[in-house]
Amino acid sequence: MSFPETGFPITLTVNGVSRSLVLEDARVTLLDALRERLDLTGSKKGCDRGQCGACTVLLDGVRINACLALAVSHDGASITTIEGLADGDVLHPVQAAFVDHDGYQCGFCTPGQIMSAVGLIREGQAGDDPERVREGMSGNLCRCGAYAGITEAVLAAHAAMNAPDVLPGGNLSEDAA
Amino acid sequence: MTERMRHGASIGQPLTRRDGPAKVTGAARYSADFHPGGMLHAVMAVSAIARGRVTHLDVAAAKAHPGVVDVMSPENAPALAKSPDEKDNPFAFRLDLLQNGNVRYANQPIAVVIAETLEAATEGAALLNPRYEAETPSVELGGETIFTPDSVGAGSPTQEGSGDIEAGFASAGTRMEATYETAAQYHNALEPHTSVAQWDGDRLTLHTPTQALWIAKGRLAGLFGIPQENIHIVSHYLGGGFGSKGFISSPQILGIMAAKLVGRPVKLVTRREQMFGSVGHRAATRQTLKLGAKADGTLTALDHHTLTLTSRHDDFVEACGLIARHLYASEAIATTHAVSRADIGTPIFMRAPGEASGSVAVESALDELALQLDMDPLELRLKNYAEVEPITHRPFSSKALRECYAQGAERFGWSKRPRQPRQMRDENGLRVGWGMGTATYPAGMMQGEARATIRADGTALVETAAQDMGQGAWTVLAQIAADGIGLDGDRVELRIGDSDLPNGGLAGGSTGTATSGSAVHAATQGALAALEDLAVNDRASPLYGAGNAGTVAEGGRLARRDDPTRSESFSDILARAGKDSVEAKGTGAGDPASRKTYAMHAHGAVYAEVKVDPDLGQIRVTRLVGAFAAGRIVNPRLVRSQYYGGMIWGVSLALHEHAVLDTRSGRVMNPNLAEYHVPVNADVPSLEAILVEEHDPHVNPLGIKGVGEIGITGTAGAIANAVWHATGTRVRDFPITLDKLLG
Ligand code: FES
Ligand code: FES
Repeated sequence: MSFPETGFPITLTVNGVSRSLVLEDARVTLLDALRERLDLTGSKKGCDRGQCGACTVLLDGVRINACLALAVSHDGASITTIEGLADGDVLHPVQAAFVDHDGYQCGFCTPGQIMSAVGLIREGQAGDDPERVREGMSGNLCRCGAYAGITEAVLAAHAAMNAPDVLPGGNLSEDAA
Repeated sequence: MTERMRHGASIGQPLTRRDGPAKVTGAARYSADFHPGGMLHAVMAVSAIARGRVTHLDVAAAKAHPGVVDVMSPENAPALAKSPDEKDNPFAFRLDLLQNGNVRYANQPIAVVIAETLEAATEGAALLNPRYEAETPSVELGGETIFTPDSVGAGSPTQEGSGDIEAGFASAGTRMEATYETAAQYHNALEPHTSVAQWDGDRLTLHTPTQALWIAKGRLAGLFGIPQENIHIVSHYLGGGFGSKGFISSPQILGIMAAKLVGRPVKLVTRREQMFGSVGHRAATRQTLKLGAKADGTLTALDHHTLTLTSRHDDFVEACGLIARHLYASEAIATTHAVSRADIGTPIFMRAPGEASGSVAVESALDELALQLDMDPLELRLKNYAEVEPITHRPFSSKALRECYAQGAERFGWSKRPRQPRQMRDENGLRVGWGMGTATYPAGMMQGEARATIRADGTALVETAAQDMGQGAWTVLAQIAADGIGLDGDRVELRIGDSDLPNGGLAGGSTGTATSGSAVHAATQGALAALEDLAVNDRASPLYGAGNAGTVAEGGRLARRDDPTRSESFSDILARAGKDSVEAKGTGAGDPASRKTYAMHAHGAVYAEVKVDPDLGQIRVTRLVGAFAAGRIVNPRLVRSQYYGGMIWGVSLALHEHAVLDTRSGRVMNPNLAEYHVPVNADVPSLEAILVEEHDPHVNPLGIKGVGEIGITGTAGAIANAVWHATGTRVRDFPITLDKLLG
């Protein structure tokens, strides 16, 4: 059977670019809208029910599980995904720290880990306390067990971004508004 | 990111991952990230019963849903050239590909709904509303006839031993007997099993994560009755595998069949809960350890019996007993296995198969024996240090286990450990315990091939169908290639993860780097030899006549070995010969003669600290120190990550993972990542991995042993022993959870 004529038009600002689309189905999650309709496949689906964090994106600057958000309920929202973090070839400090500290193995959880770390640092919840970083990153599973590198990377990025003479890189400052 | 991949000095450097930038920007495309034009979405429906057959599916309801294109069921599933139950070899595991309505385990695929959108396919699968003729399932360990399997693990003998075990016990001053149980575990790679399949006539293009491209290609060729050359599998990145992607699974093949049925590209992604069924698991075990020792700790008898279970329809037997054949010296050793059948998906290799479950039992048992003997657990292990492989009496190709014990103990502060339990508390009143265990894993090799091409522009291309599931093949194979060919890493192009390339072997069994790395090395040497051949026979070359002296490659030049001032660049050699390139193939495989002569294993020692809340029984691992010796280390940064990953799996085996089966329905009751516990960041303490030096001249020309699995072994036992040391309670039923401490 084919779809009905009418759909659900929405507009999202994704990584600073306005994207309009008509969803044929109200059940489309934000994650599937990004991955299947906007070809932004960096955000990953590990569980589709809010249990792994692989789909973490920033929604109006706050980290959320995109698999638990319905796209239609976020019409007009501003979304930052892993694809929107680097500034051209210059990696965001969190991305660079993940490379330096080997905060990954297979890389499948990595986009979610990085978005979650960006959110955590912005929340100012964990500071430079490794225990609180571990707690604050515990919504993001890593089956490869790259936790040691992830924790080190978040601490290093936090330090780099809070150094007095260094400005946060990438698009971070833009969506903070 | 300051280091460079320097020619001649790449191996051993802690380079960051070559695929790192792609992974941290989201640019790395995993299988589900491919969307060929016109692609449809497929969603499986899986069985809610564990035994019986499907009597009805409401196909009409599913098809009536907007967006649904077709429903694939036994009624219309494409015919296969070969039965998915036919076993050409022991590792062609039986598949469930909708060839009939039978149900052999819960969560078995019973239909596939194909739709224009994922939402429509998902809803369509729910609308099928299956009806069944159910039979009573049996899923318990030892619930049915117990028998002796023909072989265990990857074809190892079911029973093996040496000496007279009865005499060993008779002469023992101290005897210990205990039974340990381990739970069923599911790999749960974060990336679900996925296929994006596209047919063009009888040619197939497939994006799917696989740890063995060529094995997958062979299986598909047989099932679909097409030549292997018609199958192109792309697997550039795997989101983890851990053994569950070693052999192509039913869901992956159903995606291919769905694409064939509808004549359009199809993407099928397994849902998380569906991964508790048809994509393998580690079977539960019940292991009985009997130890006999003299008063000084010398083992006189080591008897390790394993009972495990396999599926009703296929054979895979968890080889827990292997570890006792390789690890400790004992006057007599007996290792045996038994198995019973159950209505479950077939178990399969899962990170450190056999060794992981075996190790936790053996290391716990030794700890219990040490207590009986009033001996330090480390001392007991040193007392029974195997100077040669216990059963075969072969010398080890290398074994720096003593150094692992010593360096780990030193770093951990083991000498300050009180012998008795319940002696230590922290400042908050939590009980503190210390435990240790020995780590070991075989240094196996498969067979693999690679091709190296040296190009006239002074660059090289190295190709092998190896696969990177996170262990770092993209990086370490480039390091090996750069060194082999005498070029900086940025002049070496590496292609892997594509089935059109030479067979790179299997990313599994801790054999990947040893095998494909050896193949890459051999290929580079072959290409250099071809280049040398051109130069030494060319009167115009400064290398003319250097054939006997030989040449060395460095910095993109070949130089006379006996006179490095006489050299010529790769480009000049090729230009004068009028060639664009030279190429050669190389093979990586174990040398049968040295593998017969020597026992080959990696070793390590793991020390754990846990804290236990005396009132609540809550257990936290607070410190883990592992010291491992695994031959030559190609990239310490990546190897450390592999050890950490393994150690975290050890934490998981000891304290977290447990698939709970409902014995009445045969279903897994916690098939999701919230209720099937795996460690999160906060569960993982400060980790340390010490890379102990070890030189192995026999294992392969590069001296590499695998590092992917050894970290689990030793660790789980060390944690169990630390929990006992903290609490005085010995839990023999894994995972150790707080109810078992309070109970
Ligand atoms: S995919 Fe969203 S939390 Fe797992
Ligand atoms: S890097 Fe593989 S799941 Fe985290």
